[in-house]
Amino acid sequence: MTHRLKPSQYAVLIAIMLTASVGDSLLSRGMEQVGKVDLHHLGLLWHALFNPFVDAGIVLLIGFFACYTAALSWADLTFVMPATAFGYVVIALLGRFWLHEQLSLSRWAGIALIVCAVGFVAGGPARTEHPELDHMDAGVGR
Amino acid sequence: MLSTQTLHVWSSITFVSALAVAGEVLIAAGMRQLGDLDDIRAHSGLLGAIRAVLTNGKFVIGALCMAVNFFAMLFALSIADLSLAAPAIASFTYIGNAFAAKIFLREKVDHRRWLATGFVAVGVALLAR
Repeated sequence: MTHRLKPSQYAVLIAIMLTASVGDSLLSRGMEQVGKVDLHHLGLLWHALFNPFVDAGIVLLIGFFACYTAALSWADLTFVMPATAFGYVVIALLGRFWLHEQLSLSRWAGIALIVCAVGFVAGGPARTEHPELDHMDAGVGR
Repeated sequence: MLSTQTLHVWSSITFVSALAVAGEVLIAAGMRQLGDLDDIRAHSGLLGAIRAVLTNGKFVIGALCMAVNFFAMLFALSIADLSLAAPAIASFTYIGNAFAAKIFLREKVDHRRWLATGFVAVGVALLAR
């Protein structure tokens, strides 16, 4: 098995970045509208399922989960997680250049760190090979 | 001394992070067991790939952990500020996953990946400030 990713696999990683970031933002917006949930008002969690922002967030997060699952079938967890963290940068840059928000120095520093992190993992192999384990697992998993 | 509110907030953040790590490591273990989904889809079709995933025990338990994590996350976001809870959970999850992947999945977490994990954890915290 080669460690080089195919274009379709890069597309899956980009889909993970976008669906996770936008999905989380929609959930956050929805929960602001639903209000504070505590142990005595857990029923509000059910109520949250009828909020359109929460629903849209759930749809995107289902898409995220499908892409994430597919990525983990051909790459390591410790490769996929940092590689897809670039979604945080996308959201911050959208805020800066689309919504004209001001980014503080600490946010630019955060963006720089995440870009470096993506560069670190992108230059390395996507998968750790365990021939003996993979051989045993193949018989169990199918 | 920690206030009760602070204790609740950090307990929920720790719980959500631990659930995320457990879920993601179990799902990763299940998917490693199955192998490349593209190959399974080419061999058994899309339905065959979906069936293979949904009948994998590790995947199912991991997905259940993630489902509980989803509602626990909603709960945590309702008692903690988003600007604290989201980066704290993300940072703890990144670092916890690196340790768990090395120990349980026997992934080769070299210096490059440790650096990447640390940079992302700090970077996410800085982005939320």
